[in-house]
Amino acid sequence: MKNISKTTKSNCITFGIVILAYIIAEALIQTGHMSSLMEGIMVPLCVYVIAAVSLNLIVGVLGELSLGHAGFMCVGAFSSAFFSKCMMTSSMPEGLRFFLALLISAATAAVFGILIGIPVLRLKGDYLAIVTLAFGEIIKNVLNAFYVGLDSAGFHFSMKDAIALDMEAGGTIIINGAQGITGTPRSSTFTIGIILILITLFVVLNLMNSRDGRAIMAIRDNRIAAESIGINITKYKLMAFTISAALAGTAGALYAHNLSTLTASPNNFGYNQSIMILVFVVLGGIGNIRGSVIAAVVLTLLPELLRFLNDYRMLIYAIVLIALMIFNWSPKCIAFRERHSLKDLLKGKKNTKEV
Amino acid sequence: MALLEVESLGISFGGLRAVDNFNIKIEKEQLYGLIGPNGAGKTTIFNLLTGVYKPDKGTILLDGENMIGKKTIDINKSGIARTFQNIRLFKDMSVLDNVKVGLHNHHRYHTISGILRLPSYFRVEKEMTERAMELLKVFGLEKEKEYLAANLPYGKQRKLEIARALATDPKLLLLDEPAAGMNPNETSELMDTICFVRDNFHMTILLIEHDMKLVAGICERLTVLNFGQILAEGETSAVLSDPQVIKAYLGE
Repeated sequence: MKNISKTTKSNCITFGIVILAYIIAEALIQTGHMSSLMEGIMVPLCVYVIAAVSLNLIVGVLGELSLGHAGFMCVGAFSSAFFSKCMMTSSMPEGLRFFLALLISAATAAVFGILIGIPVLRLKGDYLAIVTLAFGEIIKNVLNAFYVGLDSAGFHFSMKDAIALDMEAGGTIIINGAQGITGTPRSSTFTIGIILILITLFVVLNLMNSRDGRAIMAIRDNRIAAESIGINITKYKLMAFTISAALAGTAGALYAHNLSTLTASPNNFGYNQSIMILVFVVLGGIGNIRGSVIAAVVLTLLPELLRFLNDYRMLIYAIVLIALMIFNWSPKCIAFRERHSLKDLLKGKKNTKEV
Repeated sequence: MALLEVESLGISFGGLRAVDNFNIKIEKEQLYGLIGPNGAGKTTIFNLLTGVYKPDKGTILLDGENMIGKKTIDINKSGIARTFQNIRLFKDMSVLDNVKVGLHNHHRYHTISGILRLPSYFRVEKEMTERAMELLKVFGLEKEKEYLAANLPYGKQRKLEIARALATDPKLLLLDEPAAGMNPNETSELMDTICFVRDNFHMTILLIEHDMKLVAGICERLTVLNFGQILAEGETSAVLSDPQVIKAYLGE
């Protein structure tokens, strides 16, 4: 029973950190000690935390490299924004509308998770990474060429341009190609973001400590042995992929409802974004959920906090990334530090340990 | 009827006939040894029995049920579990969790109850922990239950692998060189454990081994394999004194 209480304790600490951070941030906002710039970054912060935690499910728990996480976010963002835009004229209360939008984003992203998961499950390692990278780019580029309008005759679709929609007068264009979706209601708030983080953590941590989580981790550690004791590899790989995608989709919905204009630009959903989420996961410690949360928060806040350094900002950011990589607590890094200890070097001691 | 009946099993890799015309009959609760020089095709036979390779000839019947064409996971569900020559544990998981993964198909609850922590989660998890602890006790691993599997000493890793295989509740247990890399003390302890497993779990065991002391000590029957073909088959003492076997395997 000690084992159970240990993981439960660790999970409670993770939840505690998030709630404490929320209380502090909220107090700063209420008392006016937070700059409007910082206040504006609070929702994106939540988005990145959710994205990092959900990606950790694929990278850390399933042990596969995915470079298309921004693609799942993109799917979630556009499906939810589309829904909200369509429902804006109806009398639905805002809270319910946003709740439904979140559900839709999760469901759509999950469907894409399954769609991409089925062919991709035959691949491993680098090949899987490249296919997921391509998926993210394809999603972004397809949405850039996607036109949808709504008038009294219903929906009009086109992959050419807005005129080709052939709309009646008075109809509205919902998705306008590269210009994306404009006028999305800004329903996202910091509080909702924190609630979504807590839900994400709840799902991921509970999954990891359940029968299905153990099966997923068994596949990560040794596929052949997992198969020999009757673990259905396909099912559990697909499950990890789908749950991760659904959570990334809600992150996308949160992101979309924080902007009045949503475009599928490289800045929002390009591969740089996917890599950045991966950086959060790697620096926080692969498989370490709490680490992902902390890394996502620190690395999102850092560029803003370093703003006073002007030109040197990104330079310092890069140095911090390197420092984090050397000084994190993953077992391999600790072993690396023991081998290349600066203290021994200064003392002029010969390093006798074999590399 | 024998528990495992294999007839004229064969497989080729390219031009090499790795296993040819292999027959074996193992009765319930028998301790059966499969021996032979390196490269004789012993592990290939394990891989054929567990569906890792598809034979191009022959039949495999477990309790009268056909195993040919089944996937590895379905063969495990039908009742064949194995260990590996090069240990394959779930290294980054705890000792307890390694065994609990083995219980996967016998103690079930829905994913949703796992995520939402419904009562069935707590009930089944408790059952699983109890069952896993019973198995760990058999192998004297209960004190190390929270260790990462990778941090166990070699001999205990071998035992944990057997415990994990037993967790799947098999009818037939295949052990691939269980005593490899063990010192004489560990080997004799392992012999006791294997006999205990057979008696206590009413298990049928087929094992590959190079350690003649272990083979002579616990196996009731032997099949000797050489270049993919059966060289001799029968009672352990008779087989081990067969001049052909001594020549091919034990040296002249």
